[in-house]
Amino acid sequence: MSTMQKGIDDGPAMSSRVLKTVVLVVCCAVVVVPFLGVISTSIASQQHVTNSGGFVLWPDAFNLDAYKSIFNGGVVQRALLVSIVIAAGGTLISLAGSTMLAYSLSRPGSFGQRPILMIVLFSILFSPGLIPNYLVVKQFGLLDSLLALILPTAISGFNVIVLRSFFMGIPDSVLDSARIDGAGDFRIFWSIVLPLSRAVLAVVGLFYAVGYWNAFFNAMLYISDTAKWPLQLVLRTYVINNTELSSGDLGGAAADQLPPQESIQMAILVVSLVPILIVYPFLQRHFAKGMLTGAVKG
Amino acid sequence: MSKPLSWWARARRDKVLLLMSLPGLVLLLAFHYLPLLGNLIAFQEYLPFVPFGRSAWVGLDNFAVIFNGDPEFLNALKNTLLITLVQVVFVFPAPIALALLLNSLLSERIKRIVQSVLYLPHFLSWVIVIAIFQQLLGGSGLINNFLRSHGMGTIDFLGNPDGFIALLTSQVIWKDTGWGTILFLAALTQIDPGLYEAARVDGASRWRQLWHVTVPGIRALIILLLILRLGDSLTVGFEQIILQQNLVGRPASEVLDTYVYNNGVLAGQWGVSAAVGLVKGLVAVVLVLGANKVAHIFGEAGVYQK
Repeated sequence: MSTMQKGIDDGPAMSSRVLKTVVLVVCCAVVVVPFLGVISTSIASQQHVTNSGGFVLWPDAFNLDAYKSIFNGGVVQRALLVSIVIAAGGTLISLAGSTMLAYSLSRPGSFGQRPILMIVLFSILFSPGLIPNYLVVKQFGLLDSLLALILPTAISGFNVIVLRSFFMGIPDSVLDSARIDGAGDFRIFWSIVLPLSRAVLAVVGLFYAVGYWNAFFNAMLYISDTAKWPLQLVLRTYVINNTELSSGDLGGAAADQLPPQESIQMAILVVSLVPILIVYPFLQRHFAKGMLTGAVKG
Repeated sequence: MSKPLSWWARARRDKVLLLMSLPGLVLLLAFHYLPLLGNLIAFQEYLPFVPFGRSAWVGLDNFAVIFNGDPEFLNALKNTLLITLVQVVFVFPAPIALALLLNSLLSERIKRIVQSVLYLPHFLSWVIVIAIFQQLLGGSGLINNFLRSHGMGTIDFLGNPDGFIALLTSQVIWKDTGWGTILFLAALTQIDPGLYEAARVDGASRWRQLWHVTVPGIRALIILLLILRLGDSLTVGFEQIILQQNLVGRPASEVLDTYVYNNGVLAGQWGVSAAVGLVKGLVAVVLVLGANKVAHIFGEAGVYQK
């Protein structure tokens, strides 16, 4: 625990203390209250939602009907599955490609290292533009394919550089002893470098995973088949654009009575939030650290 | 030049490494470098059903909207620069103020709790952030419900073209202010506590300490980040705007990126929007490089002045 020296605050007047507290409480409330409302609306009773005009701050009941209706096999459940497949598969592809590329760039004096490094670095600097990106994806026949949501963003030059600097920090003696034992480059990478790099792999992997999970525009651009929509696109259609969800959309019989639309919408929102909330403690700790190292080095 | 190994021998020696770099390299080439060639359609009359590369060349015709000042293009440019300006004035200082406030807290525990709460929105997608804003500000959202139940008129926060930039700005502040404090908090811990003591001995009030010790301590970082932000002048919240554009209409909300999307992908003017995208991309690279250069000069000055 750091005991930081306080510069300004060693004799705070009562009034400034109160003011500070009020400002911070307000800041936190502005972030927390909306989440509270979203969760409350998703579990409140039907009547409560209707009476309060569609948004409930504190629920009167613990009613999971909205969740039952979206996990009935319909559009939301399918989109959740698509999102999970993209996040998991994408992260795997990204990590495999990035770590191998980074490792090959981390061996001093390897063949072709300069030009390959340049290719990686320049890719950070510019983005080729929306129209050419679209045309390339189209030309590869990837429209309406889930690969269109993975491959174009699979390799982040920035992450490759982060991995490379970590790999370069592994002492040569460790790698050399393996080489003397007759291990080839891939063997060394697989059974020595990767196990030593678990922490950075976790951070970079999460970085990719959150990116895939949150990505929305690529799906809007490349995927027109609604069966392949990821969750973010479902959120946009049924929550932001407020398109009414029918019981049929959700996989039930057309005559089924649905919970209020507002509750269903908020339940979808909660489902898309949960993975982020689960990894958040980890994200907060490591991303803050990563941002600082990046800033110090840059 | 004396070479211990011929390039062929080195390539053979490192063939495993080369193979390992291949998948990543191919992906980068295919999706970052190949599209650069795709920019050639900015010089063509591109039609989607004509095979790639067979379209008629039209020289700089597609760039006419830029050089002749097409009103729609100018409007997008104006909105882009206006949004950047407003965000530099209102979004940029927010994390600085919050960092100063957090830094002045006595309890390390409370500070950490507040940080944990305020960092969270940074990790949410724009779809989620906007959906949340609708629940608060929409026609049947929290605030309008409150107004209605108290017999007051409702306010159209989301569909009002005049308020669109304010809406965008408030969303960016909500999402990223907490996260933005990280660098400033780190810089604040670097300030020598002795400086505060000296200032106190000289009888400086807490406000004067803030002005004469704290602010100079983070000035270099502020200048650095400001320059980098200006380097990004032409890029403003694309996803954020696309998601809300239909509520306020294009005149109020069109920026360069949405102009390229709306005119190209949606309206089929591929060549023209590729041309606009290309010019925007080139100017952006120049701005970013320029900003980096300037930031570097200032960064060094800041370091040496300490």
